[in-house]
Amino acid sequence: MQYILIIIAAIFVNNIVLTQFLGICPFLGVSNKVKTSMGMGAAVVFVMVLSTTVTWLIYTYILAKFNIEFMQTVTYILVIAGLVQMIELILKKISPSLYQALGVFLPLITTNCTILGVALLVIQKNYNLITSVLFAIGMSVGFTLALVILAGIREHIDKLSIPKGMKGIPIVLIIAGILAMAFMGFSGMIK
Amino acid sequence: MAKKESTLKSMTLVLFLITAISAAALAGVYMLTKEPIQASKDNKLKETVNVVVPGADNAEIETKIIPAIDGTGDLSFYFVKKDGKTIGTAVQTFSNNGFGGTILIMVGFDENGNIIDSDVVEHHETPGLGNKSAKSVSNWNEQFKGKNPQNDNFKVNKDGGEIDAITAATISSRAYIDAIKRASDTFKNYQNSLVNNNEIKEEQNNE
Amino acid sequence: MNNWQNFTKGILKENPILVLVLGTCPTLATTSSAINGMSMGLATMFVLVLSNIAISLVAKIIPDKVRIPCYIVVIAAFVTIVDLLMQAYVPAIYATLGIFIPLIVVNCILLGRAESFASKNGALASAIDGLGMGVGYTLALTVLGAIREILGSLSVFGWKFAQGDGILLFVLAPGAFFGLAFLIALVKKINK
Repeated sequence: MQYILIIIAAIFVNNIVLTQFLGICPFLGVSNKVKTSMGMGAAVVFVMVLSTTVTWLIYTYILAKFNIEFMQTVTYILVIAGLVQMIELILKKISPSLYQALGVFLPLITTNCTILGVALLVIQKNYNLITSVLFAIGMSVGFTLALVILAGIREHIDKLSIPKGMKGIPIVLIIAGILAMAFMGFSGMIK
Repeated sequence: MAKKESTLKSMTLVLFLITAISAAALAGVYMLTKEPIQASKDNKLKETVNVVVPGADNAEIETKIIPAIDGTGDLSFYFVKKDGKTIGTAVQTFSNNGFGGTILIMVGFDENGNIIDSDVVEHHETPGLGNKSAKSVSNWNEQFKGKNPQNDNFKVNKDGGEIDAITAATISSRAYIDAIKRASDTFKNYQNSLVNNNEIKEEQNNE
Repeated sequence: MNNWQNFTKGILKENPILVLVLGTCPTLATTSSAINGMSMGLATMFVLVLSNIAISLVAKIIPDKVRIPCYIVVIAAFVTIVDLLMQAYVPAIYATLGIFIPLIVVNCILLGRAESFASKNGALASAIDGLGMGVGYTLALTVLGAIREILGSLSVFGWKFAQGDGILLFVLAPGAFFGLAFLIALVKKINK
């Protein structure tokens, strides 16, 4: 039960995009079409769960052991960049169809701050490995949810006439703001 | 501009060199800032403890980590000692029932378990509503001074107690009380265990 | 392009946030007040100038294929230095900005400038480019922070000019989105 709560809280109450402001760049950039946003979301779930597990292990068994926690940021970003490259290579070899679906999004993910952000957050919150992985699942699913909702709305927006100054990024931000207001309704839900 | 040719050797060498130089530079800065960081952390702790146990800023502080009595996590106990005498105990406690998640609270108790004072250490409550539980925002938490959380009416008035909840932020107020109650219960249990230990020692001495 | 143009382009014409829409995460997250926005801007500017200089100096010896990892390592090192210095000397600001300091690493502005400017220009020009971009970034963050603070808590830089609570929505998450939306629309109009 406790574990289910962690996931639900991570998806809705502390939605990574709409309340924690991580991953805004892909949120604005890859939300034109529902289909592409699904692909991006799936890639993020995949990479985030893997990278959180790996960085947690590295932090606990290497950095903390030798008292070199100050190398955290440098190590994490290298590990994440390396991991993304590896995933790309492996996918290409063993599952070309999955590579076709996720391939284009993988290089973009290295600079997606949700990945590094969640890896840092689980250490800051002192989570153990299981909680960290569940947290990563919840956070990445929350990211996908926000992305897909926004893409769904944007597909319809194209058909409307919008004031000239508001076209493009500004109107997307306004929609995001309204979505954030909707998600505020979830806070206080988990007790 | 001519780019350097990418051979496996040159790639590994350059990447390794850059990482090594960065690591060395970081180690240097880390050494330089280690003491100031520790000092500013100590200072911050003393300041927070001083709010709930006045006089702590020029007293000795003994730290102990004690698991909460309901098994929900660890609480930090800070025993403030002046001339060998304990003038108060500050407890950093928490509640997971805040409107925006976990709230961290520091509360000071005298030897009878009455609240000297309390304040929020960290919270994610709504600005203008739940954040009024912090001293920096409103004087709401002044009403806790001198109260004993072990009393039955240590609840918000909506639940039949004597604490005035923050208007429109009952959840935040309940969480604040929940955190203090956790600290108080654990503190009482700790005191009892001390008394028991002393009695056992005395009995052994008598024999 | 002369040095002055290099400097001024970052402020309005190529403002990293308001025109290029880079680095939006910290923009939205840390602008709940003018002071917070400004601190974040200054921290980013510091890293940007230093990493631009460092990268312009080493760009020639870096093999093309590993240039991105190399840039990232250089940036991450400077970010950690800022992180440690802030922890030591301005702990209060460090506490409010929290996780967004280490996250400067993945701020697209840094890698973007390294790749598109610093790797092709000299140290001085890169430093000026970093400074201009940094000032533009800081200005945008400060203005957005000030707007949200004025509307949300009726104060500017912590100084309260009226009693009461203000429109709380602007201190909360939705206000960040709305504020940035109108700011971008405004700059679009000015640049035209």
